[in-house]
Amino acid sequence: MVTKLKVILTLCFVKIKKIMLAVKKKKSMKEIMTVYYMEAKTAKLSGKKVAWITSGGPVEPLIAMDIIPVYPENHGAMIGASKMGVDLCEKAEEMGYSRDLCSYARSDISCATVNGGPIGGLPKPDMLICCNNICGTVLKWYEIQARYYEVPLFILDTPFCHTEYSEEAKKYVRRQIEEYIAFLEEVCGRKMNYEKMDKVGRLSVEGQRLWQAVLDTATNSPSPITAFDAFFHLALIVTLRGTRIAVDYYKNLLEEMYQKVDKGIGAIPNEHYRLLWDNLPIWYRLRWLSNKFADYGASLVADTYTTAWCGTLKYIDVDNFLDSMAEAYSRIYLNIGIDEMAKNVIEMIDKYNVDGFVIHSNRSCKPYSLGQYDIQKIVQRERDIPCLVIEADMVDERNFSESQIATRIEAFMEMIKEQKGSWSRNSNYTE
Amino acid sequence: MCVAGIDIGSITSKAAILSDGKIIGTKVTFTGYNAALAGRKVYEDLLDELTIDETSIKKIVSTGYGRNSVDFVDKAVTEIICHGTGAHYLNPHIRSIIDVGGQDSKAMIVDQDGRVKDFVMNDKCAAGTGRFLEVMARALEVDLDSFGLQSLKAERPSKISSICTVFAESEVISLISKGEKRDNIIAGIHESVAARISALAKRVNVRSPIMMTGGVAKNIGVVKALERKLGMSIEVSEYAQSNGAIGAAVMAMKL
Ligand code: SF4
Repeated sequence: MVTKLKVILTLCFVKIKKIMLAVKKKKSMKEIMTVYYMEAKTAKLSGKKVAWITSGGPVEPLIAMDIIPVYPENHGAMIGASKMGVDLCEKAEEMGYSRDLCSYARSDISCATVNGGPIGGLPKPDMLICCNNICGTVLKWYEIQARYYEVPLFILDTPFCHTEYSEEAKKYVRRQIEEYIAFLEEVCGRKMNYEKMDKVGRLSVEGQRLWQAVLDTATNSPSPITAFDAFFHLALIVTLRGTRIAVDYYKNLLEEMYQKVDKGIGAIPNEHYRLLWDNLPIWYRLRWLSNKFADYGASLVADTYTTAWCGTLKYIDVDNFLDSMAEAYSRIYLNIGIDEMAKNVIEMIDKYNVDGFVIHSNRSCKPYSLGQYDIQKIVQRERDIPCLVIEADMVDERNFSESQIATRIEAFMEMIKEQKGSWSRNSNYTE
Repeated sequence: MCVAGIDIGSITSKAAILSDGKIIGTKVTFTGYNAALAGRKVYEDLLDELTIDETSIKKIVSTGYGRNSVDFVDKAVTEIICHGTGAHYLNPHIRSIIDVGGQDSKAMIVDQDGRVKDFVMNDKCAAGTGRFLEVMARALEVDLDSFGLQSLKAERPSKISSICTVFAESEVISLISKGEKRDNIIAGIHESVAARISALAKRVNVRSPIMMTGGVAKNIGVVKALERKLGMSIEVSEYAQSNGAIGAAVMAMKL
C-alpha cells in the first residue's frame, strides 16, 4: 500500500517537473498556478513544508526558507470566481458561523472540512502565518484553522497607522520579524540563510516595481489594461512574490502592455470614460460587470485593490529589506486612517485621469468598506467627480442583486454622459 | 407632436402622454407579475381614455424596474434620470428630489438644467418604502389611503426602533397588545419611515427646493415627518406618482 502510494506520488512529481519545464517556455498564468498548487499539494514528497499565510502577510521569509506559501484568500477568490461561494458559505453557516462573517473565511473554514471547492481543498498546512494588517477577522479565522489542523500559528501584529509610523511601532514590528524568523527556523529545524533572504527581498521589490509599472500603463489613453485584467494578473504578485517566476511573468506582461500602448490598442474597444474601482472584485460577476461598463464605453482603468501589492514600495529599502519590510507591511492600504486612504484615492484619480469613482461596498470586508462614504465625500469635495456605491459581496452571491446594481450603473453612466455631454478624451468620438 | 413615457414599477405601472410639451394625461395601474404586459396595458388604457390613436405617438421611453421588459419603446432610461427630468419639467427650480416607491427609495440632486448631479438608492431592503407602509397598514387594519392622515392625529408618536420590516411588524403587534393608541402607533410608523428616508437624503446633501415623488409622496404623514426631520419644506406635485413616466415622456421628446 505504502509503496503504491510512493509510486503514484513519484509519478506526480515527474509530471510537475515536466510542466515546470513547459512553463519556462510559455509562462501562462494558468500553467504557473497549476504547477504552484500541484507542488504545494505534493509538498511532502519533495520534503517541503507548507505555510498558510494571509494576503497581506510578509511572505519573503517563507520563500527564503523554501517553504511553500499558500493563500486561503486566493483560494477564496477562486471559490468566488467559480461560483461555489454560496454553497460553501451555507455549509459554514450550518456549522454555526454567522452570515456576517467574511465570505473568504466562511468558505475556507467549511471547505477545509469537505475538501471541496474548485481545486478539491487547499494543501494541508504545516504552519499558519497570520498578519493582522488587513483585518481582525484573520486572527480568529487562523486560530480556528490552527486548532483544526493542529499546527503552530504565528501572529504578526501590526499596529494601525492612522497617519504615521511611530518609533515604538517600528521597534515593535521589527522585533516580531525576528520572532517570525525564529518561529520558521524552529518549525523547519534549520537556520535562515540570510544571503538567500537578501536575494528574495530583491526579487520581491523587482516584482512589485514591475507590477506597479504594469498598472501604470493605464495612465495611457486608451488604457491597455482594466481593473478586471489586473484582478486576473494579480495572482502571482500575491502568491509568488519574491520569486523569479513572478518577475519573469510581469516582465512579459509589461512588454505586452507597452506593445498595446504603441499600437494604441485599448483594453475595451471604445474608451470614452475612465473609472476608478474601490474594494475587492465581485469575483462571480467580473464578466457581467466588465461588459456592463464597456457597453457605455467606460474602462475601469485602475483600482485601489490591486495596487495594494505595490503600494508601499516607497517604504522599502532594498539594501535593508527586513528592516524596511516591517514598515511597508504595517502601512498597507487597509491599515491606515481614512484621511490617508482618501489621499491615496485622490492621487489615483489624478494619476489615472478618471471621470468617476465606483465604490464596491463589500458586505464581507469591513475594514475596506468602513469609511467609504467619508472617502466619497472627500473625493467629491476635492475633485467633484461622480461616485457610485454598489452594495455586494466578493464571494457570497446572495448579497448581489442584479437588477438593482444594473439600474445604479446605468444611472451612473447616464449621469457621467450627461455631465460630460459629447465630451470625450478620444478626439474621434462624437456623440 | 405626442410622446409617451411608461414607468413600470414593482407595484404600480404609470403612463404619461405629452402633446406639444404639455401633459394631456397620466394613468396608474397595478403591475402584477408580468411587467411587460403591465407596461403595455397602462399605455393602451391611457390611449383609450384620451381617445388617441397609437400611431400619433411619435416616441416612447420606458423606465422603472421593468423598463427593459417592453419591446415597443424607443429607449429605456433609468428611473433616476427620469425622476430628475420629470421634476425639472414640473418645476425648473427644484434642486433635490426624494422618490419613494413601492420597493425602493432614492434621492437625487439636479442642476439648473435638470441633469442629475448625484444620487443614492436604498439598499436591498423594504424598510423606508411603500411596501413597509403597506405591511404596517395591514397589521393595523387601516386603509392605506387614510394611513397618512391618521398619523397626524397622534398625541404622542410611539417609538418604533426596528428598521427591519419584519421586526417592526412584531414590534407594532406588541404595541397593539399593550393597548397603545392606534394613532400613536401609526404616527410612530411614519416617523420611522421618515427617519430612514431622511438618512438617505442627507447622504446626498439634499438642498431646497425639494420635491417628493413616487406613490409614498401621496402620504401626508410621511411628507410632514420628513419635513420635520430635514428641517426643510417639501413640494409635492399632483403628478407625484406619475413623475417618472412624465420624465420618460420628456426624454422621449428629446429623441
Ligand atoms: S475581512 Fe477583508 S481583509 Fe479580512 S480576510 Fe475578509 S476580505 Fe480579507
